[in-house]
Amino acid sequence: MAETRDNVRYLPSHEWARLEADGTVTVGISDHAQDALGDVVFVELPEVGRAVQVGEEVAVVESVKAASDIYAPIAGTIISSNEALDSAPETVNEAPFDEGWFFRLQPTDDKALNELLTPEDYRALCAADDH
Amino acid sequence: MPFIPHTALDEQEMLSAIGVPNIDALFDEIPRNLRAATLSEVPAGISEMALQRLMDQRARLDEVDLSFLGAGAYEHHIPAAVWDLVGRGEFMTAYTPYQAEASQGTLQLIYEFQTMMTRLTAMDVANASVYDGATALAEAMLMAVRANKSNKSNRIVVAGNLNPNYHAVCHTIVKNQGLILDVLDHDPSTGCLPGSVEAALDGAAALVISYPNFFGGLDDVDSLTDLAASAGALVIGVVNPTAMALIKPPGEWGARGADIAVGEGQPLGIPLASGGPYLGFMCCRQQFVRQMPGRIIGRTVDQTGQPGYTLTLQAREQHIRRGKATSNICTNQGLLVTAATIYMSLLGNEGLRQVALTAHAGINALTDLACQIDGVTARFSGPVFHERVLALPVDASRVVEKMAVRGVLPGLALGDWVTGMAHCLLVNVTETKTAADIDLFARLLAEVIEEVKATC
Repeated sequence: MAETRDNVRYLPSHEWARLEADGTVTVGISDHAQDALGDVVFVELPEVGRAVQVGEEVAVVESVKAASDIYAPIAGTIISSNEALDSAPETVNEAPFDEGWFFRLQPTDDKALNELLTPEDYRALCAADDH
Repeated sequence: MPFIPHTALDEQEMLSAIGVPNIDALFDEIPRNLRAATLSEVPAGISEMALQRLMDQRARLDEVDLSFLGAGAYEHHIPAAVWDLVGRGEFMTAYTPYQAEASQGTLQLIYEFQTMMTRLTAMDVANASVYDGATALAEAMLMAVRANKSNKSNRIVVAGNLNPNYHAVCHTIVKNQGLILDVLDHDPSTGCLPGSVEAALDGAAALVISYPNFFGGLDDVDSLTDLAASAGALVIGVVNPTAMALIKPPGEWGARGADIAVGEGQPLGIPLASGGPYLGFMCCRQQFVRQMPGRIIGRTVDQTGQPGYTLTLQAREQHIRRGKATSNICTNQGLLVTAATIYMSLLGNEGLRQVALTAHAGINALTDLACQIDGVTARFSGPVFHERVLALPVDASRVVEKMAVRGVLPGLALGDWVTGMAHCLLVNVTETKTAADIDLFARLLAEVIEEVKATC
């Protein structure tokens, strides 16, 4: 069973979003997603300063099996990208909720996070996926 | 010979099994206005006997004793061993392997091809090939727009002295993908691109340079590459692989080298056969490798430490990425890659250099002889690789017609291809032409020019 975290919200496409103390939002992919992808070999990250709409394709995660798009969970402006993934993409497999984060954004409206899946919803979705 | 995999009854059974009334219904999700109703240019079927006769007739149209026609496809000597080996069943019947790693021999061969292409172009990486030179360039344009993230431009500046067929193919492929192709006119007095291109390059995603250019000439690639780099544009080099043994490869242009190099692989052991099939090659700098379409074969080790070959970097191909793939028309030309790899192996560095040098000496000898004819001059005076434009005192298409009757194809009459060049003939010489062939060319050219003059 893949790990989930209770302090984040999720997208049906398996991204997670976490509201930080400073009001920014960190985005990554779930443990379930990294497990389904297999060994991650490359992450294409968004440019800092880019304004993104909710649902916009902002990054690409490439594993030995496939390349998948990463969508912006909420609207905002990209304030940092996890450049450590350039040289160590396997971090996404090893620590998807921690050092394996993809990017941070300054949300236009952090209440938009409430629209996303709760941990319970997401666990139900993953359980359905596994069957 | 009928080749019908299933009968009308089979079709009915399959359709009813999935609950669909007819085959058309399978395409319901495609809007009706986007479907090609009929292919009006495709004639009705004919019998095998009639077909054989038609193709024999067409094949005879290609027969010529001596050809000086190049313009993108070049006659080279192909060692007999090349197609003898390529024709072996193991190569001849192999398709792109879907269980790729089961076909270690095929993968090793492609790996060797990639290595040879990177050495020839001085680029970091090569893919396993694409359809032909022109589609390779179209792919390179799409790739440059994806890769040049800093300027977010979809505008490509294309050298006016690029092969006109490449212009046409690229336009067809990229026009519906939002790319804008701006033609940068060549200087009519030199045939080369102008020295100051800064204004044209402002805000462009990439610059396409042809080396040699369509007229056989050699642009100042170092200066153009540096100007493009300072304008934030990537550089795409369209190069002749044989020429790379003699002139500066794209990886060494200017201070940082070209970013993408593509070209037609036909000169590497592929015969002239009514226009194809040919072979496109595609190389780039390491930093752009994930935007390159197609696949790359990598060398690795298995569980026991033995070397093995593996399909690498296919995650963005269309069987995985569907509509978001880096290309939706790209495959590799396995059999022609095999021929090119064997050709390059047999010639080696020195052999390929000799081929290039002999061709270069040949066009210079031909130019010297032809320019002794009254009224014949070299249209552009700069250095060339193995092709040059001769300006004639008469219409070049008349000269081509009259020489062809005598069994010699003297080159390409440029009137239909380049505005204002009706008197110009694009002539190519490769290592296949002897001094006697070149003498014959010059003698016939002189005769035919007099004939045309007399009938004017």
